[in-house]
Amino acid sequence: MDFLTLIQLLDSTVRLATPLLLACLAGLFSERAGIFDIGLEGKMLAAAFFSAAIAALTGSVWLGLLAGIAASMGFSLLHGLASITFRGNQLISGVAINFLAAGLTVLIAQDWFSQGGRTPSLMGGARFEPITLPFAENLGTVPFLGPIYAELISGHSILVYIAFLTVPLTWWILFRTRFGLRLRAVGENPAAVDTAGVSVVGLRYAAVMICGMLCGIAGAYLSTALQAGFVKDMSAGRGFIALAALIFAKWRPWHALYATLLFGLFGALETRPDVIQAIFGIKVQGALLGALPYVMTVIILAGFVGKAVPPRAGGEPYVKER
Amino acid sequence: MEVMPKWAEVILVPLISLLLAAILSALVIMAIGEDPIAAVQLMVTGALGSTYGWGYTLYYATNFLFTGLAVSVAFHAGLFNIGGEGQAMLGGLGVALMCLLIPWPHWTLALIGASAGAALFGAAWAAIPAYLQAKRGSHIVITTIMFNFIAAALLNYLLVNVMRPQGSMDPASARFPEAVHLPTLHDLLAPIGISFSKAAPANVTFLIAVLACVLVWFLLWRTWLGYEIRSYGKSEPAAKYAGISPTAITMIAMLISGGLAGMMAINNVMGEAERLVLNAVEGAGFIGIAVALMGRSHPFGVFLAAVLFGFLYQGGAELALWTNIPRELIVVIQALVILFTGALDNMVRMPLERLFLMTRRGSG
Repeated sequence: MDFLTLIQLLDSTVRLATPLLLACLAGLFSERAGIFDIGLEGKMLAAAFFSAAIAALTGSVWLGLLAGIAASMGFSLLHGLASITFRGNQLISGVAINFLAAGLTVLIAQDWFSQGGRTPSLMGGARFEPITLPFAENLGTVPFLGPIYAELISGHSILVYIAFLTVPLTWWILFRTRFGLRLRAVGENPAAVDTAGVSVVGLRYAAVMICGMLCGIAGAYLSTALQAGFVKDMSAGRGFIALAALIFAKWRPWHALYATLLFGLFGALETRPDVIQAIFGIKVQGALLGALPYVMTVIILAGFVGKAVPPRAGGEPYVKER
Repeated sequence: MEVMPKWAEVILVPLISLLLAAILSALVIMAIGEDPIAAVQLMVTGALGSTYGWGYTLYYATNFLFTGLAVSVAFHAGLFNIGGEGQAMLGGLGVALMCLLIPWPHWTLALIGASAGAALFGAAWAAIPAYLQAKRGSHIVITTIMFNFIAAALLNYLLVNVMRPQGSMDPASARFPEAVHLPTLHDLLAPIGISFSKAAPANVTFLIAVLACVLVWFLLWRTWLGYEIRSYGKSEPAAKYAGISPTAITMIAMLISGGLAGMMAINNVMGEAERLVLNAVEGAGFIGIAVALMGRSHPFGVFLAAVLFGFLYQGGAELALWTNIPRELIVVIQALVILFTGALDNMVRMPLERLFLMTRRGSG
């Protein structure tokens, strides 16, 4: 395998890791506050549809992005209502959200566009175009570092850079601000937070809404940057891979970056069987490679390679003592 | 604390939840510019207006009976098995291996063999998440989700690379021999003089599914094991104190659950397709969640809910055929049922409880 192939492979790794990273950080906020969220998939799908639909109708990808975020946050509100206000089962609520999104997106797409559950192809300003970073063209000729800068770092859509900047931002919010401390506390011991006079319900809603916002960006990226338009079920299990990455990262922001990059690499390799054959000398089935994130997560969960311990109050509705 | 009388708990709460889901579904149909009443009429005639419609309704109901019972048994042990989809896929593999590798002389023997294969493979697929939950504390919801994806990848690999007959392009196994053909309801009812549609796929498996309902009821409420499963699900510390082993109950409940989900394959793989195809389960594993929630995890409730979902499925197919409403409407209805009977249960329950408390205070 030559250097250029490697750069191409890493380039598609970055592109495939971006939605996983955003969704993974989304789940991180929610689960750190004690709200399990298996509805990441549904929220991404809803956001993917609404951003593509609004972008197609208005011609503005930024309005599309806002619509996607709004749709995703709407589902987050529903999740909050079910799991915080009505103290229902968070897992069941997540399952319902996934199905609701899968059904509604196709239903509305058919009603608005009559194209068999898809949106029209997005063109021009209705899509996030790749950004060429300064000097990328001039520096491309520099040996080794040049191609890395020009091909790998430059030339992604703005959402990719936003996603990568969200990692330090998340770390800073969670571990360096008062809000972050309280948010983590509410996922470990909500009663203590309540005793301190801080609203458990308010904090959990805040976390769930941040989760919705990030899922919204992830979904918008799928339909307006990675691809040009929405197709049925386009999230294709990415919400669950993000969930797997979250466990893999043991609910920590920087590790979430590494985990999603690793799973992104698996995705990139899946489309390049020739590269796998060149490196390992054997033909690996794409289908089996696609299952690798899930298998690795089960192994991590089983605690054979360092145990993954979720936030202690995760999944438990908080009932104030009277 | 019993705030509500039993009839309100068992009938009123699910009925109100269902009504809310129905109202919202009607609003969705209106929002996409169709008439909900006409849609319901079309669904009723399509799904229940002929023996052909009934044949499909009962065929789907059979699938949902197995997956609904599977989710219910796990619920009683306090476990949420989202892995019905993967377990049913593996059940299909068990059925296919049994039907293809063993030359059965008669369908009755083949049915016993295939049921055993389906249950065994389904249970095996549930065994790993169950073991990890019982022994290593890994959350069963996450592991069963992961196992659904692993099952899909495994089946994809096996069908494309191993089980596909030479020269065939579809990712599917070879056709099963004629001897393992299961009698359809047409074949069963014709000798007693009832004419039933020949084209519909409902088959003898429906009777097995009904039998499974009775057996699950007997297991849960009339045996020592069922008592242990239910007490463990109600309170883990109390069950432990009573000498019930959490490991054993988690394993047994999940093995039964996985086995039931796997058994679905005798309906769709052996009874209908007569070969193993990709994505044979078609989401029935997930519908089991809605069915179990709606049926309050009681076999009789599961039966009613499974028939209702069978009706929705067949009716939805008719809608997609004759109107502009896509099949995905059923997915929306399914989501609303899960939402209202599952996650938003307290939204219905809390005001009702307050109401009953008020009337009690008024009379007492």
